[in-house]
Amino acid sequence: MMNTSKLPSCSFDIVEKERGALTVHIKGKMDFQSASLLIKAFSTMIKSRSPKFLTVGLEQVTYFDDYGALVLDEVKRLMGNLNHNFKIDDPHHITDKILSFINFESLNQPADKISGKTDGFVVNLGQSALVHSADTRTMISFLGSVFLSFIRILTHPKSLRISDTLVSMEKIGVNALPIVSLISFLLGFVMAFMSSLQLQQFGANIYVASLVAIGMVSELGPIMTAIVVAGRSGSAFAAEIGSMKISEEIDALTSMGFEPVLFLTAPRMIASIIVVPILTFFSDIFAILGGLVIGVFMLNLTMTSYISQTLETLTFFEITWGAMKSFVFAVIISLVGCLRGFQTRGGADAVGNAATSAVVSSIFLIILFDSFFAILRSYW
Amino acid sequence: MGKEPIIQVENLVAQYGEDVILDHVSFEVFTGEIFVVLGGSGCGKSTLLRHMIGLETPSSGNVTIDKVNITTCDDHARYDVLRKIGVLFQSSALIGSMTLAENIALPILEYTSLSKSAIEKIVSLKLTMVDLNGYENYFPSELSGGMKKRAGLARALALNPKILFLDEPTAGLDPITSAEIDELVLHINKSIDATMVIVTHELDSIFMIAQRVIMLDKQTKGVIAQGNPEDLKENSLNPLVRQFFNRWSKPLA
Ligand SMILES: Nc1ncnc2c1ncn2[C@@H]1O[C@H](COP(=O)(O)OP(=O)(O)OP(=O)(O)O)[C@@H](O)[C@H]1O
Ligand SMILES: [Mg+2]
Repeated sequence: MMNTSKLPSCSFDIVEKERGALTVHIKGKMDFQSASLLIKAFSTMIKSRSPKFLTVGLEQVTYFDDYGALVLDEVKRLMGNLNHNFKIDDPHHITDKILSFINFESLNQPADKISGKTDGFVVNLGQSALVHSADTRTMISFLGSVFLSFIRILTHPKSLRISDTLVSMEKIGVNALPIVSLISFLLGFVMAFMSSLQLQQFGANIYVASLVAIGMVSELGPIMTAIVVAGRSGSAFAAEIGSMKISEEIDALTSMGFEPVLFLTAPRMIASIIVVPILTFFSDIFAILGGLVIGVFMLNLTMTSYISQTLETLTFFEITWGAMKSFVFAVIISLVGCLRGFQTRGGADAVGNAATSAVVSSIFLIILFDSFFAILRSYW
Repeated sequence: MGKEPIIQVENLVAQYGEDVILDHVSFEVFTGEIFVVLGGSGCGKSTLLRHMIGLETPSSGNVTIDKVNITTCDDHARYDVLRKIGVLFQSSALIGSMTLAENIALPILEYTSLSKSAIEKIVSLKLTMVDLNGYENYFPSELSGGMKKRAGLARALALNPKILFLDEPTAGLDPITSAEIDELVLHINKSIDATMVIVTHELDSIFMIAQRVIMLDKQTKGVIAQGNPEDLKENSLNPLVRQFFNRWSKPLA
């Protein structure tokens, strides 16, 4: 704070007329800058001298506002809130304008609503249960609306906002391509490098290609891509829809006869479903390229042998399995992102929370579903 | 008080990108007066206000507040100027994650070192002023539009600023509350000698509170009238100005 270093625009003298009766003459401005200093000075003075009678002389005060009134009120309180031992000497009636307008006694009524911080454990528990049940209700009705929106789109294809869908596809897919490619390339590179250390001991260099191909296409490619998309776009869905929610834009859409879920969720969901598998495909290719670099430059494999080993390993089943996973992940990311957006309530911080929770929940669900897929596959 | 300018705007050019919104606007606001900025929707009133409080940098021209040129001054000087002004934004701009009491206490905590109980008193005083006592622990999202306006006004008043900028303080309020806000404005103007720069459309308010007005126009991107409202209503040479003050609709061309 810069103002405290400055000299206050206010000073005072203390005169003791007779024993125990003090008069304090205040000079200058009684505003927000001098208020806290005056209160402190008065409280130390009253504590050290404990006067029986106190007069505050305002004849030299040049400015007086409600902060000045606050000082007088505090002084009165310090004097024990009695009227007979405290007097304001105000010959120029400088306080009249303010004191006619305010009444500190009336301010001490308690506020209507008790702030939540003082609630006990049980109340908090109950409240959070209520919040969760409300969230569950929103979630179910949201899933229902999504379902209805898709039926609507199937029966009336025009109700899908095509231009929004294209914009979303660009944001989710095209703009994510560089980062997804880079991460996947490095991932393939590292995978090949680490596995080659082991496989080299058995002279099984060529299986590095198989390992990278299988590992990426059926497992890491879909997961990596989904995590990147969740971080980039899932959070963006939640933040966009959340800020629309708190600024009543969603209500405006509803009042204009739009179905908000159809209007906002469907384009994002369809865009994700189309684009995420394609991104995954690119991720696989770049990872295989990363592996190829290690294979060719470290393991002295020829490029053709690496590629043909890769193609041999990758069956049609592996490729569709990976694509199907990334389809499911796309559904998860877009549903969770939009749902968190629609659940936003309150102010700007709620938007931030929605974005965070969209990313955390979708990554959790992605890993969870990935485990389901792994179990499913072992019983295939 | 005398006629001493506290705000001087000289040849202000305001631009958003290529769009010139205000073109060479100059005027002065005198100490202690209630100065009203008028004009049709979208003519740049909020833009003018944002430039006057230094939120936007003008493409050219100067704004001087209390002898400090805020377009060129350093951060320290700007901080000193900001302490002297209070602003009510058109959208109230209360911080959504804080209760009303916390919103109003925000500038008080920043600029004073008063105790918690003293701040509580000032806060409830300010809320009482705008008739919102008892709503200390409400969040802005739990208030009506008009209540948010009044809470924003309370926050602008928190430090009894020397200069108050109010962007449409009565828009969206019922006539009784509007009249009360007008009275409050007059009262604040008298009791703490605050200079007020107010954007408003409400004719009743204008005639009740304005000591001097300027009227902006979208076509000319500048001031088309300046003076006392009663005077302009009767005697302005500009038909648009008379139209505005007499509430005539545009002639059908
Ligand atoms: N951040 C911005 N970027 C670009 N243009 C803007 C921006 N803010 C305002 N404008 C433009 O400046 C012009 C004036 O806007 P401004 O908000 O100042 O109008 P106003 O006079 O306050 O209108 P109202 O009475 O409706 O509040 C408008 O044409 C608007 O499109
Ligand atoms: Mg405006």
